[in-house]
This record gives sequence, C-alpha cells and structure tokens, in this order.
Amino acid sequence: MGISRLGAARRRLSMATRTLVHLPARATRGEVIEVRITLGHAMETGLRADAEGKLVPRNIATRFECRFEGQAVFAADLYPAIAANPYLAFFMRVPGPGTFVFEWLGDNGFQHRETRTLAVS
Amino acid sequence: MNWHRKGAAAALLSAACWAMAQSAATPEARRSGLADMGPALQALQYDDRQNPAMLWVQDGAALWRTPAGAAKACAHCHGPAETSMRGVAATYPAWDAASARPLNLPGRINACRTRHQQAPAWAAESAELLAVSAYLGLQSRGQPLAPPADARLTPWRDQGATLWRQRLGQLNLACLHCHDQRAGQRLGGAAIPQGHATGYPIYRMEWQTLGSLQRRLRGCVVGVRAEPFAPSADEWLALEAYLHTRAAGMVVETPAVRP
Repeated sequence: MGISRLGAARRRLSMATRTLVHLPARATRGEVIEVRITLGHAMETGLRADAEGKLVPRNIATRFECRFEGQAVFAADLYPAIAANPYLAFFMRVPGPGTFVFEWLGDNGFQHRETRTLAVS
Repeated sequence: MNWHRKGAAAALLSAACWAMAQSAATPEARRSGLADMGPALQALQYDDRQNPAMLWVQDGAALWRTPAGAAKACAHCHGPAETSMRGVAATYPAWDAASARPLNLPGRINACRTRHQQAPAWAAESAELLAVSAYLGLQSRGQPLAPPADARLTPWRDQGATLWRQRLGQLNLACLHCHDQRAGQRLGGAAIPQGHATGYPIYRMEWQTLGSLQRRLRGCVVGVRAEPFAPSADEWLALEAYLHTRAAGMVVETPAVRP
C-alpha cells in the first residue's frame, strides 16, 4: 500500500467526519439523477441531559449546500430535531460533465467539504 | 354427538394445540426482527446507500488496510476481506485454542491485534472495533449463521441456554418470557421480537449509532431492572454462543437497522 493511501485512511479516522456520497457511476447529458448523501454527525440537540443531569451542549450541522460546477443545486438548513447521521437525497438534471462540491457547516465551527466528479457520456 | 365422539374431538383439538405449540419451536417459525419493522426502517436496512451503518463499514474497510502496531495491516495477512472473510463472521463465537475459551468476532479481532499485530486491543464498543466488526460481518451477509460443530463450545452454549431461562431483576423475567413466549406481542408501543442475533453490530435508532450485541443484551438486562454482568463477564459470551445456535441457519443481516 502506498503511503498516500495509508495517510488518507488515517486522516479520515482522526478527522472523525465521515460521509457517504452516492452518485450513479455514469450519467448522460440531460438525465435526471438522484444524489444521496449521509453525513456522520452526532446531531446533539442541546435538550438532553447527561448521566449527572447536566445539559449536553447543542452540536448540530446547521447547513448543507451542494454545488455542481460552481452552481448551487441544492441547499438545506438543518435543525435540532433531525436525527444523528442525517441523510439527504435529491434529484437533479445533469447539465454536462463536472464536479460536485458538497459542503456542511455546523456548531462549534464545524465545516466539512467533499468533492466528487460525475462522468457524463 | 355422543360422549366418546366428543372425547375424540377434544383429544384431536388438544393434539392440534400441541402441534402448534411445537411448531413455534421449529426453525420455520423463526422470524428476524427485520420482518416486523415498518417499511421505512426496512428500506433503510435494504439500501446500502441509505443505511447509516455503512459509515462504520467504510471506516472498517480503511482500518483493514491500515497498518497497526508492528506495521502489519489486517490485509497484509488476510488479503482482501471480500474473498478471505466471506462467511467467516457467521461462524463466531468459535473456540480459541490459545486462550482455551470461545471468542466472538470482536474478541477475535482484538486477539489478532494483540497476538499478530502487537497492537493494543480496542476497547469494547469503541468506534474502531465496531467498524471492523461491521465490515467483516458484511462479508457474511446473506449467508446462513453457521455455529461450528465443536464440542468444546457445548458447556458455553448450555450456560447461555440456562441464562436464557433464568429469571432476573426486580421484574423477575427471563429472556424466554418475552422472546419465546410473547414474541409478536407488544410491550408498550414496541413489537417484541424473537430476539435472533442475526444482524450485529446493528444501527439502532434509539442509540442513534452502531452498537454490539452485548450492548443490546445489557439494555434488556437493565430493562428487567437487574444489575448487568461485568463488561468482561463470561455470561455475555455464553448468551451469545447460545443465541448463535438458536438462530443457526438464519440469514446474516449485518449491518442491520433496528428501532
């Protein structure tokens, strides 16, 4: 195994931000595709108490944005009632080949970005 | 109808009741908790692109290839898990000659770490141990649970069967009172499953995370208001060994989703 892949594996675990992004392997121009994204996040509501009765501070992802070739495709505001590991799915029409940028923002300066390239024939 | 025909009919009826009671114990009557979940939860388990447990599987795949301890990764000895680990998770708990006791899958993973990788064992319920367990469990998905025919496991399975029937806690309930005798009925708003451990580690909605069989069992023990066994107690392993034979032949669902 190369050092870079090894490093990437370690980074991913230490970063503790995990995502699942699912796109079709190939798409054709003008096709409507489904994009599915899961973010590994505790989504702590700020309303729960721990074992000692102290309130656990709120820690949620508050914003999700998806851009394709710089153009906004989908965005969502997230709220405390959303369960841990939020899953989002949406449809979009493929304008042509390009790159997706998925970005999450959240409490305590949480910020995460993923990019994926879509192969279009 | 004269009296002896009435008696014959009653005998027939009681024979039918007996047969029905027996059939509840036959393998055909066994039912995974998956079958009684709502369609939304079932969809979550059936579709890997929705199943949140796949976050851990992804980590497990990375850990499989990441050197640990003495710079050896799992993959250095075992190769790609998709081929070398196919069906392996379905055979645990299995006997471990070196420690002269059974090991469940997380125990086996930790034994590999300490013996072959010279790395520290992962803590029970740690993200890493759950991730590798889920990743290996996935390689057996769709295969029948296959408890090894190993006589050395018999005392453990027997102890587990005894525990299954043992009344516990302030509620004075044994596992079998709910999961054998009242399976399919409801406890408050929740359906009582038969309690077949086919999909561990599971993503449980109540936990909002992945968890092991021991965590689930602990929840049940606390639920009947008993003091749980110590985390490393043999009782958990014995129960797991018994549950494995009880669900033998059922299909592995790892990583399952449960309410």
